[in-house]
Amino acid sequence: MSEVILDQVSKSFSDTAALDKVSMIIPDESFVVLLGPSGAGKTTTLRMVSGLDKPDSGSIVIEGVTVTDHTPAQRNVAMVFQQYSLYPHLTVRENLEFPLKSPLLNTAKKDIGEKVSAVAELLQISHKLDNKVTELSGGEMQRVSIGRALVRTPNIFLMDEPLSSLDAKLRADLRIELKRIQSDSGATLLYVTHDQIEAMTMATHVGVLDKGKLVQFGPPREIYENPVSIYAASRLGQPRINVLPADIFGSAPGGAKFIGLRPEQIVQGRGESATVRRVEHLGDQTRLHLLFNKHEIITVTDAHTELKSGDELRIQPKDAFFFDDQGIRLI
Amino acid sequence: MSFSVTEPSNRQKWISGALVIGYAIITLLPLFWIVATGFKSSPDSIAYPPKVIFEPTVEGYVNLFTTQTRLSQDAISEPRKNLSWYEQLVREKGNTIVGPSRFSERFFNSVIIGFGSTFFAILLGTISAYAFSRFRIPLKDDLLFFILSTRMMPPIAVAIPIFLMFRHLGLNDTHAGMILLYTAVNLSLAVWLINGFIDEIPIEYEEAALIDGYTRFQAFYKVVLPQAATGIASTAIFCLIFAWNEYAFAVLLTSGTAQTAPPFIPTIIGVAGQDWPAVAAGATLFLLPVMIFTIILRKHLLRGITFGAVRK
Repeated sequence: MSEVILDQVSKSFSDTAALDKVSMIIPDESFVVLLGPSGAGKTTTLRMVSGLDKPDSGSIVIEGVTVTDHTPAQRNVAMVFQQYSLYPHLTVRENLEFPLKSPLLNTAKKDIGEKVSAVAELLQISHKLDNKVTELSGGEMQRVSIGRALVRTPNIFLMDEPLSSLDAKLRADLRIELKRIQSDSGATLLYVTHDQIEAMTMATHVGVLDKGKLVQFGPPREIYENPVSIYAASRLGQPRINVLPADIFGSAPGGAKFIGLRPEQIVQGRGESATVRRVEHLGDQTRLHLLFNKHEIITVTDAHTELKSGDELRIQPKDAFFFDDQGIRLI
Repeated sequence: MSFSVTEPSNRQKWISGALVIGYAIITLLPLFWIVATGFKSSPDSIAYPPKVIFEPTVEGYVNLFTTQTRLSQDAISEPRKNLSWYEQLVREKGNTIVGPSRFSERFFNSVIIGFGSTFFAILLGTISAYAFSRFRIPLKDDLLFFILSTRMMPPIAVAIPIFLMFRHLGLNDTHAGMILLYTAVNLSLAVWLINGFIDEIPIEYEEAALIDGYTRFQAFYKVVLPQAATGIASTAIFCLIFAWNEYAFAVLLTSGTAQTAPPFIPTIIGVAGQDWPAVAAGATLFLLPVMIFTIILRKHLLRGITFGAVRK
């Protein structure tokens, strides 16, 4: 496994800039998750590293070698596509064998069998090995697609929303499994997702992309606790961070336009009065929708709360974030 | 893969069945007549009113494959032993076999030229269709339109210039010349049809193969080709049918060595004038290869004609 470096990588498609001078160091044995809405440049970043697309400018270095002009095969990377992209004319087994039989790896017959059964076991698709891939369910296809990457030992694994079409239970299982594989084997992973739970639980580093720019890169806790902007702060945290006018609780630092409050930054029981509008019991926690000074605030409270709609609740900010008029973090 | 939302009722099934059978009778009748004529005797074949029930004979087939000459009165009366069944058959008519006819040669020419030109049209068509489908080619749409435009007039409209060119290049009456010509005519069809089929194959499969450690050509060969097989097979049938049946150029450009079966069959003349049973026998044999080829590929053909419209 290897360190991957993106240096000032830019790419545009016709007139729109998909990536704008993105620089990033993906450390060896790290699990890097890219976050951002559609069109932020997450998939483009993956395709740059894979070699499927070439950057307009900038360079990509894998394990100390500049690979900007190398073909995907020369880079020895494995990728899990969002649309599975399983070879429809082959069986599950043949799909899993496909990369191992390539001129790049040219694996011995004996090893192919072993690797395929090990991966099939891991992904619980052993019983489907001789089925045509077109006969599989969406979740099974996605697992085969992950398996096709896992049979290899590439420089880096690239995964484009690999768990998106699985049901909740399987997604939770595979999340743990992927994390385990990564930490056991010391694989380097670059992983694209919309799902912040995946980001928080699996990532060693999170990269936040906004319209082709990398706005923040660091461990998930750091991004959660120390976001550089409203945009970065909104990527992580459930319920989302509340963004309100800076002076809504009175004093605000100079230049501050907005105050950002995560649920744990709202102290309940003292301070100013807010009205409870809705109470959502989620089982392990309860969400409160509050109305404060004509602004809606969503926060979390005790699972067994007695509060109900119409009640009054006192709230007070604690260690809040302040942002300027551009949404850039001040404190 | 169902086309209708509701199951057709019994009555609808009956009506459609009757329509199909009716249509089949109309189209198969001439075919039946040709096959039947091949097994008639010469007088039966031109009898009026036409004979539907007749005594079958293989005379036509024997005549098709042999050259004969009339025996003199003396020679007929001279007794002969150890004659094979077909020599006997010919002798009964007062003729004798002097050698094989040119039919097998012409038939073989048709096979070489038909399958040869189909092979090249498909090979070149697949390669160019792949390029049109996958690469950024300057003036791509114009080039494709230009390729299509070669079909906007009947090929025979350019017969004279082609004849002159062929004469100049020494391609008249050669296998290579005919393969070249039929390939050129079929190529536009092949490029357009196969281009449509390859466009339907998502590019992600090739990208996956590139990542999996294969080169572009290997990805094409291992991933695109198997999936385009259906379209390529049906295109091959169309190309073969054209090259196999083509008459006008064959008459114009071939006369001996490279003559194909279509211009040859109508010229089969027996000892006593036009030999219709032999012509019909030749036509029957001529139908077989395309029929067999189509039956082998028919599974692909149905999906090919629907242009992948029913693909998920």
